[in-house]
Amino acid sequence: MATLTVNGESRTFDGDPGTPLLWYLRDVAGLTGTKYGCGQGVCGACTIHLDGVAVRACITTIDMAEGKSVTTIEGLSTDGEHAVQKAWRELSVPQCGFCQAGQIMQAASLLAKNNAPSDQDIVEDMSGNLCRCGCYQRIHAAVRLAAGGV
Amino acid sequence: MLHYLEKEAHKIAETGEAPRIIIENVSRRKFLGGALAASGFVLAVRVPDAAALEPLKPYPTGGEGMPHGYGKASDPHVYVAIDKDGAVTIVTHRAEMGTGVRTSLPMIIADEMEADWSQVKIVQAPGDEPLYGNQDTDGSRSMRHFIQPMRECGAAMRQMLETAAAAKWGVDVALCRAKAHHVVLLDKAKKETDKKLGFGELAEAAMALPVPARDTLLFKTPDEFTLMRKGEVKITDLRDITMGKAIYGADVRLPGMKFAAMARPDVLGGKIKSYDATAAKAVPGVEGIYEIEGVYDVPRKFGQLGGIAVVANTTFAAIQGRDALQIEWDDGPNASYETVAYFKAMSETAAKPGKVIRKQGDFDKAFEGAKSTFTGEYHMQHLVQAPMEPLVCVAQIKDGKAEVWAPVQSPYGAREDIAKVLKLPIENVTVHVTLLGGGFGRKSKWDFMIEAALISEKMGGAPVLLQWTREDDTRHAFYHTVSVERIDMAFDGGGKVTGFRHRTVAPSILSTFAPDSGYQFPIEYGMGFVNTPFDVPNILCENGQAMAHTRIGWYRSVSNIPRLFAVQSAVCEAAHQLGKDPKEFLLELIGPDRTIDPKASGYPEDFWNYGDPYPEFPIETARLKNVVRLAAEKAGWGKELPKGQGLGIAAHRAWGTYVATVVHTEIKEDGTITVPHAVTALDCGFYVNPERIRSQIEGAAVMGMSHALYSGITFKNGAVEQSNFSDYNIATMRNFPKKVDVHIVEPKPGQHACGIGEPGLPPFAPALANAIFAATGKRLRNMPMGEKVV
Repeated sequence: MATLTVNGESRTFDGDPGTPLLWYLRDVAGLTGTKYGCGQGVCGACTIHLDGVAVRACITTIDMAEGKSVTTIEGLSTDGEHAVQKAWRELSVPQCGFCQAGQIMQAASLLAKNNAPSDQDIVEDMSGNLCRCGCYQRIHAAVRLAAGGV
Repeated sequence: MLHYLEKEAHKIAETGEAPRIIIENVSRRKFLGGALAASGFVLAVRVPDAAALEPLKPYPTGGEGMPHGYGKASDPHVYVAIDKDGAVTIVTHRAEMGTGVRTSLPMIIADEMEADWSQVKIVQAPGDEPLYGNQDTDGSRSMRHFIQPMRECGAAMRQMLETAAAAKWGVDVALCRAKAHHVVLLDKAKKETDKKLGFGELAEAAMALPVPARDTLLFKTPDEFTLMRKGEVKITDLRDITMGKAIYGADVRLPGMKFAAMARPDVLGGKIKSYDATAAKAVPGVEGIYEIEGVYDVPRKFGQLGGIAVVANTTFAAIQGRDALQIEWDDGPNASYETVAYFKAMSETAAKPGKVIRKQGDFDKAFEGAKSTFTGEYHMQHLVQAPMEPLVCVAQIKDGKAEVWAPVQSPYGAREDIAKVLKLPIENVTVHVTLLGGGFGRKSKWDFMIEAALISEKMGGAPVLLQWTREDDTRHAFYHTVSVERIDMAFDGGGKVTGFRHRTVAPSILSTFAPDSGYQFPIEYGMGFVNTPFDVPNILCENGQAMAHTRIGWYRSVSNIPRLFAVQSAVCEAAHQLGKDPKEFLLELIGPDRTIDPKASGYPEDFWNYGDPYPEFPIETARLKNVVRLAAEKAGWGKELPKGQGLGIAAHRAWGTYVATVVHTEIKEDGTITVPHAVTALDCGFYVNPERIRSQIEGAAVMGMSHALYSGITFKNGAVEQSNFSDYNIATMRNFPKKVDVHIVEPKPGQHACGIGEPGLPPFAPALANAIFAATGKRLRNMPMGEKVV
C-alpha cells in the first residue's frame, strides 16, 4: 500500500508499485489533465511536480512517489490564475493544446526555482517538452512574460 | 484531406476517368447589395478601400461537391440556438486539431448575426453530415468551403431577429437593426433610438419565423465586422487547456470502462500464425484477450490491421499485457520492403521517361538544343504525422447501438464505416468528436475506431478505451509517401529557361483505395507538379511507377512537400549556375502577370484545383510574385550577412493560397543548422482570424524544420525502423525557427477565402536548403538533411 499526496489530498494505492504515476493519475485517480505522449520520458506531455519539481509521470512510478507530494495541472492553482497559466492565455500559446499541461507544469517548475531565467535557461529547461503544432516561439515568450509574475 | 477520394478512386479505377473541373453557374445566386454599404457617414470619415465596402457576393466552391455538401448549414435552426436569457449557442461541425476552427467558424456566424461573443457558447457536433454538411476536417477546407454557409446562417439569424423585433414594435423591418446582441429601433432618418430589444427577448418569435430565402440575405461589409479580421477573439478552449480541463480522446470516462491495447503486425498484411497469451494473462489487471480479424483484401482502405487486443483495468496493465504476448506472424509479401533499395529503384525509374501527365511545347527538343542544362534529384523519406496525442478511441457497442468517442477528423466517414462493419443501421451509430491533440491527416483515417468498436463488441458491450502507444502510432500509420523528384532544365545562351521537366516517382495514396497501379492520380498531380506556374515554353511532367508496400496516406500539405522541395531547390541551383539572384530568377520564371490558362499550358484534362472550380480559384501569377517580393523585402533580401549565414527563398500557391517564405540560417561552428529568423508572406484572399493564421504559420515553420532536418521513417524487412520520439526526431525548443514573422496580404474584392492549415508548410524546407547553400555553398538534396552541415 503506497501513500502519497495528490494536489493536497492524501491518497493510497494498493496496486502494482511499479505503476507509472501517469496511469495511476489518469485511470485510477481520474485526473486526466496529465497527458500520455510517449511513455519514455522523451516528450514531456505528462509533466507533473513531485515535491515541487517537474518530473515525467510516465517514468515516475508509484513507489518513487511514496510519501511525496504530487501536483498535477488540476492542482497548479485553484482558479487557473497561476502566472504561467495567465501568460499562456495572454499570448494565446496553444494550438491543439494537448502538450500544454506538460509545458505549463515545466514552466511553473522552472520559474519556482529561477524567477529571472535567461533566454538560454528557458531553452534548456523547456527543451524536453515537445510540441508538434510548433508553439515554441509563444511558449518561450510566455515563460518570459510569466517570469515577471511568479 | 481526401475522404471523398474513395469514390473518386473507384471511378478512376473502373473507368479510367477522373472528375472534371467543376464550373458552376453563379447566376442562380443573385447578388443584392449590402444595406449599409454606401453609408455617407462612413465615407465622410475615411475613404475605405473597395474591399472594405464589399459585402459577400456568393460564389461556387468545391464544397458543394463534397459528400453531403453543405447539408443544412445555412439554416440557423441547425447551427444556432438562443436562450430566453440571451445566451447564444453555436454549433461547430468541424474538428478542432489546433487550427482554431472551433473558434473561427462560429465567429463568422456570431459576427454576421451581431451576437456578443462573450454570450456565445460553442458546442461540438457529432458526426452527422446530412445535417451539418461535410465534416472532413482536412484539405485546408473549413474556411474555404464553409465561410459562405456560416455567413448565410448568421445573416439569416440576424434578419429573423430584426423581423421579430419589427413585428413586436409594429414597424417596418427596415427600421430594425441588429447590433451588439440587441435589435435597435431606428428613427425615420435611420438613426439609432434608445429603444431596443435583447436577443433573448426576441428568440422565441425569431426562431418561429421562416428562414429567409438565400437571395434575400443581406451581408455585412468588412468595415462592419466586429469579430472577423480583428484577431482579438481568444480560442474557445483556451482556459480549459491551461487548466487541464479540455477533453481529448483519452479523457472520456464512462462507468465501468475498461482499457485496451493492441498488438498489430509489423509488416503490412501480416497475419497471426500462432500466439501464446499465458504471460499476458498473468499481468495483474488484465481481464481479457481478443483476436481481432484484420482487413487483408486489397484495397484495405481504412480497414483495421488486425491483431490481438488486451483488455485490462488500467491502460498500463493493458500495455504490459500486450507487450507480454508471444506472437508468431506470417509477414506476407511486403516483408521485402527496404528503404535503401527502394530509393535506388526509384532513382533508376526517375532517370527514365515516365507516364506523361503534362506536356507543353517540346521539352526534348529544347533540351537537345540547349546551351547548358541542369539536372537535380531530390529525395524525401516517409513521414509519420505523429500528433502529440496518439490515436485513441472509446467505444460502447450495446443493444444494437454503437456509441463512439474519438479525436477524429472525419466523424461521418467513421460512422458510416462502423455501421457497415458492425452491420448496424447508421442511425444506431453515434460518433462524438472530442478535441484532437493534433491530427495532421492521421486522424482522418478511422482504423483505430473500428478496432475499438470491434473490441467492445467482442467484450459483449462493455465500454472500452483503446489506447495506441507512441510506438503503435509511429509503426502503424498511413505514411506520407516516400519520393524521388527529378528536375531537368534547359537554358539558352542568354540564360533563359527554355525547357523544364519534372519527374515524380512515389507510391500513391490511391494504393490505399484502389488496386495499386504504381502511378499517382490527379489529386497528387495537382499538388505542385502539373501546376508549377512557370513561364517556360517547354514543360514536361512525367510520373514513374512506384508500388506501395505500406499504407500511404496524407500528411499536412501532402505531395506539395517533396514537390516544392525539389522545384524550389532546383530554381535556386539553376540561378546559381546562371549567376543570377535566386529571388529575381524565381520571379523571372513565374513571368508576367497573368491568370494561368490550364488548357493552353498543357495541364491534364482532369487537372485537380484543390477540388475548387478553376474560374473562381484561378492561379494568378501577380499574387504569387507579390508574396515573393513582400517576404523578400521584409526579410531584408540582399543584405550583407556575416560568414556562415544565408537567406533562402521558396514560394508556391496551394489550396488557393499564395505563400512565400524566406529563411535566414546561421550555421554554428560545429556545423549545426539554426534558424534565427523566418519570414512568411501569404495571400489567402478573404481572411477571418489573423491571429490563428499567424499561429498556423509559426507552427508550419517548426514542422517544416522537423522534416527538413530531423524526421524520417525508414523500413527494413517490411517493418518501420523508428518507434518513438527518441528515434523519430522533431524540432524542440533547443533548435526551432526562433522568430517567425507573418505578413498577411489584404484581400481585394472577389478574392475568396482560401486554405491556411497546410500551404504554409511546404516552402520552409526548400527555403532552408537554399539558405544553407547561401551560407555554406553546400547543396542538400535529401530530406531529412540532418542537423549539421558536414
